[in-house]
Amino acid sequence: MMTLTSYFMEATYLVASILFILSLKMMSHPETARRGMFLAEGGMFAAIVGTLIGTHIISWVWIIGGLALGSIIGGWMAISVPMTAMPQRTALSHAFGALAAALVGIGEFIVKGNEMGVVTRGALGFEVMLGALTTTGSLIAAGKLQDIIAGKPIQFRGQNYLNLLIALAMVSCFVAFWIHPEMVVAFYAMLTLAFIFGVLLVIPIGSADMPVVMSLLNSYAGLAAAATGFVLGNNVLIIAGTLDGFSGFILSVLMCKAMNRSITNVLFGGFGSVIAEASSANAGGVMREISLDDAAMQLAFANRVIFVPGYGLATAQAQHACRELAELLEGRGVTVKYAIHPVAGRMPGHMNVLLAEANVPYAALYEMEQINPEFPSTDVAVVIGANDVVNPDARDNPNSLIAGMPILEVDRARSVIVLKRGQGRGFSGLENPLFFKACTNMLYGDAKASLSQLAQAVQHV
Amino acid sequence: MNPVVLIASVYVFALAAFLGYQVISRVPPLLHTPLMSATNAISGISLIGSLVLAGSANYPLGAHILGFVAVTTATINVVGGFGITDRMLKMFRKRGTEAKEVAK
Repeated sequence: MMTLTSYFMEATYLVASILFILSLKMMSHPETARRGMFLAEGGMFAAIVGTLIGTHIISWVWIIGGLALGSIIGGWMAISVPMTAMPQRTALSHAFGALAAALVGIGEFIVKGNEMGVVTRGALGFEVMLGALTTTGSLIAAGKLQDIIAGKPIQFRGQNYLNLLIALAMVSCFVAFWIHPEMVVAFYAMLTLAFIFGVLLVIPIGSADMPVVMSLLNSYAGLAAAATGFVLGNNVLIIAGTLDGFSGFILSVLMCKAMNRSITNVLFGGFGSVIAEASSANAGGVMREISLDDAAMQLAFANRVIFVPGYGLATAQAQHACRELAELLEGRGVTVKYAIHPVAGRMPGHMNVLLAEANVPYAALYEMEQINPEFPSTDVAVVIGANDVVNPDARDNPNSLIAGMPILEVDRARSVIVLKRGQGRGFSGLENPLFFKACTNMLYGDAKASLSQLAQAVQHV
Repeated sequence: MNPVVLIASVYVFALAAFLGYQVISRVPPLLHTPLMSATNAISGISLIGSLVLAGSANYPLGAHILGFVAVTTATINVVGGFGITDRMLKMFRKRGTEAKEVAK
């Protein structure tokens, strides 16, 4: 029988579900997005209060302890994490979300393992498996992004076979547990294998592919939460988890499209290590260096300038210096725009957030399809720490490893200034013919320092 | 889980997936980072499952402890996720409007 309090609880869940959907709908525009988030927060609060009232809770110690500890850590993260560290923070939060789902699954197994029906047990296995592998996978991803673990792919002979073997073993344990619920060993073996599989899944993936991996892990974490909803028979969990899962899935597809690669290729291709020998063939020409004053002169007397930021902007924390230079140029009557490639940076939308932090109005940020036709009429394109996303080989050389990847057509601008730390190749190790073009000039040095010096030089022009 | 509940749950899942696709494909790339962080915070709703595990009567101590850890990590996601999303969204400003609250 349902009591009054459990009706109240279900009502708060319904309200929460509606508010969540509404808040994501309001995400479609930067002006309404923030208000939308308040709705989601309200929904979350209602659902928590509803649960605390509607379920028979007797021991409050663990709950209050967990809520307090979580709020302190979460609040501290919310205040202190710098925008440049957003990818790591997001990866960590995938790990936390997935871990919560996995732990709830394990707890349910301990408490009600014997009385579960076939369907619930299947959902439980799915939840624990996805939750566990997403936890370790996300931790590895966060480690790579934070540079605790080497960013380049870690590979060894027979890696894909080993992964396949472990995946098979994990799934067999899942099936065994599904058919024979009394086989407790199978459950814990599946859990352990899932933890290991998560690590193995992410270590062979290079940092440049992180946008896809982040989106995929996002999707897994969401689906694990949705599976929790099936186990507990809780609709708001199913809805919120599915929304999260699909959001991650859509982003993964978008990121893959932006690199012209399939998800399997990203996961099992080990991009970024096999490339060096394949691309050396077309290396040639010289890179021309430009002096600061000449570069400043070019910029100051241009009509149209487009900035093209990449991950180098984030590592150098150069977003503020970039905006200062842009404002000086605008003060001189130069039209300044920013071109954002979908996979620039380490997670979807990474560059937009950094530039917004530096107070660049979002109307000045252009997507790839919008800005590409404008390059031919652009006087100077300034590439800041971007490489593959402006590599003309992707368009012109069918043998290139990134052939077919949509790029920002910087090479069509009248002149290009590339800000780069040194002469070395970028992360992917791919040669970039853009750097050898006649219209391209290189400005070596730390991006932040270079931009500040450029700004000074522009003032003296 | 009885078949009626299962079917209802599958309906909810399918409709949520459809709705999610409709709603999320309209989010511009500009806001993809806040989107990821917001959906993350929202899926922190698994907190309500953790609460039950941490505090229900007649559960063994092991379950309470697992529940405690789950409550903690889910709360980190909810509080941290919403906090950071708001911080990010506050930064997006229109042309011409000097963002005063951002400057501080």
